[in-house]
Amino acid sequence: MNAQLNDAELAESAKAAPAAPTSARRDAASIAALHDAEAADVHGDVSVDDVHLAAELAGADASATASADVAEYAMRLGDDALILSQRLGWWISRAPELEEDMALANIALDLLGHARSLLHYAGTASARTEDDLAYWRDEHEFRCAWLFEQPNGDFAHTIARGLIAAIWMQELYTALSRSTDASLAAIAAKAVKEVAYHRDHAVQWTLRLAGGTEESRARMLVGLTDLWPYIDELFRDDELHDRLGDIAPRPSSLRAGFDEVWSAVLAEAEIAEADFVNPKIGQSSGGGRFGNHSTHLGPLLAEMQVLARRHPGATW
Amino acid sequence: MTLTAPDASALQPSGEELADLQARFDAIIEADQRIEPRDWMPDAYRKTLIRQISQHAHSEIIGMQPEGNWISRAPSLKRKAILMAKVQDEAGHGLYLYSAAQTLGISRDEMTEQLITSRARYSSIFNYPTPTWADMGAIGWLVDGAAICNQVPLCRASYGPYGRAMVRICKEESFHQRQGFEILLELSQGTPEQHAMAQDAVDRWYWPALMMFGPPDDESPNSAQSMAWKIKRFSNDELRQRFVGMLVPQAEVLGLTLPDPNLRWNEETGQWDMSEIDWTEFHEVLAGRGPANAQRIQHRRDAHEEGAWVREAAAAYAEKQAQRDRQAA
Repeated sequence: MNAQLNDAELAESAKAAPAAPTSARRDAASIAALHDAEAADVHGDVSVDDVHLAAELAGADASATASADVAEYAMRLGDDALILSQRLGWWISRAPELEEDMALANIALDLLGHARSLLHYAGTASARTEDDLAYWRDEHEFRCAWLFEQPNGDFAHTIARGLIAAIWMQELYTALSRSTDASLAAIAAKAVKEVAYHRDHAVQWTLRLAGGTEESRARMLVGLTDLWPYIDELFRDDELHDRLGDIAPRPSSLRAGFDEVWSAVLAEAEIAEADFVNPKIGQSSGGGRFGNHSTHLGPLLAEMQVLARRHPGATW
Repeated sequence: MTLTAPDASALQPSGEELADLQARFDAIIEADQRIEPRDWMPDAYRKTLIRQISQHAHSEIIGMQPEGNWISRAPSLKRKAILMAKVQDEAGHGLYLYSAAQTLGISRDEMTEQLITSRARYSSIFNYPTPTWADMGAIGWLVDGAAICNQVPLCRASYGPYGRAMVRICKEESFHQRQGFEILLELSQGTPEQHAMAQDAVDRWYWPALMMFGPPDDESPNSAQSMAWKIKRFSNDELRQRFVGMLVPQAEVLGLTLPDPNLRWNEETGQWDMSEIDWTEFHEVLAGRGPANAQRIQHRRDAHEEGAWVREAAAAYAEKQAQRDRQAA
C-alpha cells in the first residue's frame, strides 16, 4: 500500500520560491483516456474487478462429513495451528528484520490455512463453521496443546517454540497423509510441504542464534529451557487414538522420528540437553487435549474473539 | 549492501564529456527509454529518485502498522488470512523498493536510520489511527485506491529498477483495493451498527486520501521537474480528479456517502467540483503533529532496537561460517 510521496513536495513548496510553470489545463476526459491507456499499456490486468479472491480451503472434498471422533481429532490439530498462527501474527511489523516480518507472516499464514481446513472439517460433524469454532468456543472447549499457547517471548523463544512445533508437525503430517480418511490425508499432504519450510526456518535460526554471539546463544538456551517442558504432551496417546485406528497415527509413534531430528539439530548447534534443561522442572502435565489450558490461552482468545462476539449473527 | 554509483568515482568527467553524457541522458528520457543503474545520470535526478523511492519504501513499512493493529482481532478467519497476506505484501513492497533505492548508491542501513530518527518522510496518511475494523475496509478502498492512481503511471517511470518494482507492486495493490471494497460492502449491507461503522470510516479517510495526491499543481514546483524527467507522468490535480471519478460510482454500489456536500460533475469544465481541501490539517500532520506520528516511529525504532541482537547474531554466524569455509578451502 502507499503512495508516491507528495508530502515532502508540499513541505518544500511551503518554503519554496517561485511557483512552478503551470502546465496547460487538460480536461478530465482526456486525462482519463491517457490514464487508461497508460494502465493498459503497462499492465492491463490492474483493475479491481479482475481480481477474484481464491478458494481458500484445502482438503479433498469440501462436502465430506467427519465422524464425531474424527472431528475431535481435527479440532485438536486445527486448534494447534490456529493458536500458533495467532501468536506469530504479532510479529508482523515487529520482527528483527524485514525479511523476518515476511517469513513469520508466511508461516502464520500457512498455519492459518491448515487451521481453516481442519476446523472446517471438524465443524461438519456438528454443523458448525470454521468461524463458529474459532470465535464462539470458550477456553475449555479448545483442544490445543500447551506448546502453542506459550507467549512469543523474545525472538529466541519464538524460534524454540517454532522448532519443536515444526519438527513435530513434519512427523505428524507425513504420517497423517497416509490416513484412511481422505479429507485428513489431503489436508496433511498439503500441510507437510509447507511445514518442511517452517522446520527449515526454525533450524536455520537455531543454528544462527546458538552459533552467533554470546548473547544470542544465552538467549537461545533460555528459550529452549522454557519451551522444552511442553514436548511430551504432543506424544501422549489417549482413548481417542484407540478409537481412530488407521485414521490417525498414534502420537507415541511419532516420538522416534521427532527425537532423531531434534537430536541432530541440537548436535549441529553444539547444544547438549544439559545446557538448557532445568533439573528442577520436568515435563508439564498440562492437558490441552482435554480443555485444561495454561493461563496464557484466555487472554489470547479474549483478544482474538472480541470483535466477532460483539456482533452476534453478523457476517464480515 | 552498498552499490557505488558510477558517477561517485574519483574520475570526474570533463566539461565536454559532461555535456555529452547529459545529451545522452536527455535523449533516453526523450525517447521514453529507461535509465539503468550503470547509466550516467544528473545528480539532481539521482537525489530526487533516492528521496522518492526511499520515502515510498518507508511508507510501505510504516503502513504495516495501522493494519497490523487488526490482525489479532480480525472478525473471521478468512478476513484474518487476507489481512495478514496484505500486511505481508507491504513488507515485500518495502523490500523491493529499498532494493531499487540501493541501486542508486544508498544502503538499507542508512535508510532505516533516516526513518527511525525522523529524518526521512513517509506518507502522512499512516499517521492516522485505525480504531475500528471498518478502517481495514476504508484503507483498502480509499488509501490503496489513491495509491493505485498514483502508482500505475510510476510503472513507466524513467528509472528502470523503480518502474519494474512498481509493476509488481501495482498488481498486488489492486488486490488490496478489492479486499477493502469487499470489507466495506459486507459492512454496509450488514447490521445497522456495521453500516454505521463503515460510513464513519469513510468519513474519516476520504479527505486524508484526497490529500495523498499532494498539493494543488500551482503549489508543487518539484512536480514539474519530475514530470520533465518522466519520473512522474500526471499532475497532482489530474490524479485527484481521476480518483474522485473512480470513487463516485463505487460509493453508490457500496451504499455509502462521500463526505463532501459540494461534490458534483461539472459538464462545462469537464471536472469534478469539490469542496476546498483543508490543507491546514495536512500541514499539521506533515509537521509531526498528526494523531500517531510519534507512535509510528517509536514502533519502528523499538522493533529495530529489540532486533539488534538477532541481526548481530546472524552476522556473527555468517562470518564464522565464511571463516570455516576459507579454512577448508
